[in-house]
Amino acid sequence: MSGNNIMTGSRIVIETLIEQGVTDVFGYPGGQVLNIYDELYKASDRLNHVLTAHEQGASHAADGYSRVTGKVGVVIATSGPGATNLVTGIATAMLDSIPMVAITGNVPTSLIGRDSFQEINITGVTMPITKHNYFVTNVSELADTIREAFKIAKSGRPGPVLIDIPKDVQTATCEFVPQDVVTPYPEEIVSDADIDRAVWLINSAKKPYIYIGGGAAGRHMTKDIMALAEKIDGYIGCTFMGLSAMPNSYERFLGMQGMHGHYASSMANKDADLIIGIGVRFSDRATGNAAKYSRNAKIIQLDTDLSEIGKNVGVDIGLVGNIVSSFTKILERCDKQSHPAWQEAIEKYKVREKEIAAEAERRAGNEMTPRKVFDVINSVKDKNTVIATDVGQHQMWTAQYVNFEKARRFASSGGLGTMGYGLGAAIGAAVGSGDRAVLITGDGSFGMNLNELATAVSYNIPVVIVLMNNGVLGMVRQWQTLFFGKRYSSTVLERKTDFVKLAEAFGAAGERVSNIEDFRAAFERGMNYDGPYLIDTLIDMDEFVLPMLPPGGSIDDIITTKDREVK
Amino acid sequence: MRFVIAVYVENTYGVLARVSGLFMRRGYNIDSLTVGETDDPNFSRITITLVGDDHLCEQIINQLYKLQNVKKVKLLEKNASVERELMLIKVKNSPETRSEIMTASEIFRAKVIDYNVESMCIEVTGEPTKINAFIEAMKPLGIVEICRTGVVALERGANIL
Repeated sequence: MSGNNIMTGSRIVIETLIEQGVTDVFGYPGGQVLNIYDELYKASDRLNHVLTAHEQGASHAADGYSRVTGKVGVVIATSGPGATNLVTGIATAMLDSIPMVAITGNVPTSLIGRDSFQEINITGVTMPITKHNYFVTNVSELADTIREAFKIAKSGRPGPVLIDIPKDVQTATCEFVPQDVVTPYPEEIVSDADIDRAVWLINSAKKPYIYIGGGAAGRHMTKDIMALAEKIDGYIGCTFMGLSAMPNSYERFLGMQGMHGHYASSMANKDADLIIGIGVRFSDRATGNAAKYSRNAKIIQLDTDLSEIGKNVGVDIGLVGNIVSSFTKILERCDKQSHPAWQEAIEKYKVREKEIAAEAERRAGNEMTPRKVFDVINSVKDKNTVIATDVGQHQMWTAQYVNFEKARRFASSGGLGTMGYGLGAAIGAAVGSGDRAVLITGDGSFGMNLNELATAVSYNIPVVIVLMNNGVLGMVRQWQTLFFGKRYSSTVLERKTDFVKLAEAFGAAGERVSNIEDFRAAFERGMNYDGPYLIDTLIDMDEFVLPMLPPGGSIDDIITTKDREVK
Repeated sequence: MRFVIAVYVENTYGVLARVSGLFMRRGYNIDSLTVGETDDPNFSRITITLVGDDHLCEQIINQLYKLQNVKKVKLLEKNASVERELMLIKVKNSPETRSEIMTASEIFRAKVIDYNVESMCIEVTGEPTKINAFIEAMKPLGIVEICRTGVVALERGANIL
């Protein structure tokens, strides 16, 4: 070894992160990452560390940060419980294909395998929920391991990678040679013959439906997808993960389809004779019963992940590789088309959807319905406002009612459905975007990780927390109403939590509202407040998320009103 | 249908756990799995046999490719590959059964590799069907213990993984 670039492993961790373009990390210190935190302290002018209240919050923050910036989110935690507290956050990132690098400390290699204090085999624990993970045993491999982790995290279908570094590797020394930011592995380019087969199918379709998912969101495809819809006279729907990829104001966009999707979107999918799926996995929540799913339609699937082609539903043409390149070629080559009958059918569905909504609002009268809450949010927020959610009814209302204006301004746990995700994610998203975040949450979800209010206050994060408080676990209760004879097992919370006082106790501001005029005033105050602002928004416990396709059902089983007979 | 899949992997920490873990968490049931170093000590070769339909087989191959340590995966076609398995089988040794065991071993081209007054240990190699047949032949004579390696397989001709 030569030169003066001899460093400890912990310093190499920090230098490699900076080398890879990382500017912010989230985490929590502990015994086996003391050395790394010492180096973070020394490098605090070059690398911003956000200390959360809990490692889980840090993992969700890194995830939210990644969703809005498109960069790899980075989280650091100590061994044992620090590492296991990351598990839910890593799994959330895995199921939504979010690039993340998690760095954990571990006991010295001499103590590995002895059930030492705070020792856990975190590479074993996280094997099924990471794209790949590493246990580093030699300091000379540390920098390259971190680089490779970043490369894997952002290549192809992104995802989380974990690096476990024993304490003695952090203190050992070797030479550090800086390198460039790693670039993702090149994606396959689909053959012209396959593109032409897809184009032939598109040209012969009469009722085309473009179906976009998380793989398309955030890849700057919005304009091209609109252009294809115009050219082939098709309509666009999306999965939950595809939300925000298309502005809701666009007339050919019908919204999310599936279990709680928009009526028009689900109907269009059902009637389509061609479905062009872009970065979607045809999950059970989006398709209902896979055996009944769109049996009369031809399906073209574009994905970078070969294993997704035909995994859940059979497809006619799978285009594996770079979806942007495939899509651009399809757009160029397909014919200009016109399908007046298809337009007419869709317009009818749109009218029907409006009728269903109007009828529900008419019945609700002056009550503060979720739709009215979101009307206010839509009218006050701007296109840069980040929307984060937890999981449950409020999440589905967000999916249905929020007027998304631009990609990468939405953070929500789609695949794993992680209650308690929202606050950490909103903090990370606000840090990453520099913009204000609105967290839509419920009293159930918020109760899971409300400790991150401390973080939001410490860092004066501009986040408005709209806590849709109905005193129950609304989504589970909705299922109990519909499918379990109104036996409300463990879903009525009967807590005495005063969320306004709670916010104040953490050092945040808060207020409680029970009608829509007050909500508007409160939300406007929150959106202009310097710091976290909680609005305890009291809504009716019997509000439903509608429409609903029962689990395992199809569009033919759609439930559009609360009056459905209880089985 | 029964499938034989050959997997060429980096010979690193945890690679076997990654491959077997994939089968567990996706609910694929393995019939047998064998692993051993190749001529290049940096790489190992895993041979997996399982029963399922074409869709399952395709999914398994595609999922295996997603593991970072997996370099190549190939489905070995039944009629274009050779398969062998090795079994050690311990059977009861008695004056009444001894000659029958010896005759059967000869027919199956098996080898007696250990002998005492109470039992005999026999080594058999061949295709799994042959191994199964030998087990059937030994059953009435008193099997004490069995140890099978699982299938190893290579493609016929010049084809390589």
